[in-house]
Amino acid sequence: MSCALRFDRVSKTFSRHTETLLLRERLLEMVRPGKRSRFEALRRVSFELAPGDSLGLIGPNGAGKSTLLNLATGVAMPDSGAIEVNGRISSLLELGAGFHPDLTGAENVRVNAALMGLSRRETAERFDEIVEFSGVRDFIHEPLRHYSAGMTVRLAFSVAVSAEPDILLIDEVLGAGDQAFYQRCLEKIQGFQRAGKTMVLASHSSELITMLCQHALWLQKGAVMAMGPAREVVEAYRESAARPAAS
Amino acid sequence: MATPSATGTQHDRGTPESDPSPPRVTRMGWRGDSLFLLQNLILKDFRIRYRNMSLGILWSLINPLVMMGVLTFVFHGVVGGDRSPAFPLFVLCGLVPYNFFASALITGTTSMVDSAGLVKRLPVPREIVPVAAVLSSGVHTVIQGALLLGMTLAYGLRPGTQWFWLIPIWILYVTFVCGLALGASAINVFIRDTRYVVESLTVVLFWLVPIFYSFSIIPAKYIEVYKFNPVAALVLAMRNILIDGLPPPMSLVVNMVIAACVAMGLGLIIFGKLKPRFYEHI
Repeated sequence: MSCALRFDRVSKTFSRHTETLLLRERLLEMVRPGKRSRFEALRRVSFELAPGDSLGLIGPNGAGKSTLLNLATGVAMPDSGAIEVNGRISSLLELGAGFHPDLTGAENVRVNAALMGLSRRETAERFDEIVEFSGVRDFIHEPLRHYSAGMTVRLAFSVAVSAEPDILLIDEVLGAGDQAFYQRCLEKIQGFQRAGKTMVLASHSSELITMLCQHALWLQKGAVMAMGPAREVVEAYRESAARPAAS
Repeated sequence: MATPSATGTQHDRGTPESDPSPPRVTRMGWRGDSLFLLQNLILKDFRIRYRNMSLGILWSLINPLVMMGVLTFVFHGVVGGDRSPAFPLFVLCGLVPYNFFASALITGTTSMVDSAGLVKRLPVPREIVPVAAVLSSGVHTVIQGALLLGMTLAYGLRPGTQWFWLIPIWILYVTFVCGLALGASAINVFIRDTRYVVESLTVVLFWLVPIFYSFSIIPAKYIEVYKFNPVAALVLAMRNILIDGLPPPMSLVVNMVIAACVAMGLGLIIFGKLKPRFYEHI
């Protein structure tokens, strides 16, 4: 397999009024179809990553960065185009999906590990390592609702990286931990890269992208504005962002 | 390396309708341990539910005991239809399957929407969500089932080899409910009123299942309809096994097999058809 992750002319549209979910609206829709307007979250996006590549996604809010990551994870389906994924994919998107405040840290770790795709044996083997990395060992048998936001993120990040994915997707998640933990996360991510893992990182921070990624992709209103070496793309993005209302 | 050729797309204003290629996703998929995940999700539900109740699992017993008491008082004492001394046991044989059906189907129906946070973020096989909801309702049923078996013994009825029939008929019944929950949970994502329809149907069903009346009082013209109601079928089979000490008649088991296969088949088809669009609607 030559590529780890490939998008070929991928488009995704969302309908604007998905909140009308009651029977009455459904029946009205049958009588008068096609009244919903749709907007394009992604427009014919193509790229290809070889194993070991790292790609930074940059662009303003609503550019389609999260949509792209969600399509890659497989929680959403594209409207057209092809997506090819080779390997185990793990996302650090909104860490702690499936965490519940009434469960203890340890219980949440087990549920989340299973959700991430770890088997019973892998979970048992890596449990200590996960707790150790998170640095919340003293509170691990406390309900999660007694945790601070930072502690929760640390625990969630620890579970997510323990899944040993081939492809790692990261979406602005490192903000909530403290400086020391942030540093350890960066080291962990760089360790992933040295181990030849593929990575896609969505961030507003140009520094983070130039530091961690070889390539960058600049998205604007769902379309690819530029793609290439991280430094050049980030530079182009900065210039355009500095120009007031250039479009 | 990232292909640098994509810059051409920036002037492309083509709408997705103009793109003839259908969406194609090639992936190895979620390669986790489904059984381990299922077990964890059931355990999670169980813990959350019981940690917020001071009396813990006693609540699972109080509801059927109160219902059994009320129904016995009304239909044995006040109305005075059935005069068999084992009437409370007779009622409980109906209540345990019915309670499972109602609670499992209602939590199953809302399960997809309730797990939005999970479904929108993790690519776990979606089918696991409603199945886990149904099975965690089963935890109550196991507790109530222990009560039922205890009462059976207390009434002086002895266990026999026919008790082994409880295993296959409950597997069929749970499969049937899982099938319904799969279909209903998927529809509920698109039409949120589905849960109210399901809730109303379970109330109606309480009267249409022979819980507090015997199968023998049903007029002949309705008997065939009753036999094809899988909830009623299980109630009849339970009474055959526990009260009459007989294995359930084959025709009843065949009906349950048909119900389980049809419900599961339809449930999976509906779920599979709607699954790709869950993300946008949850």
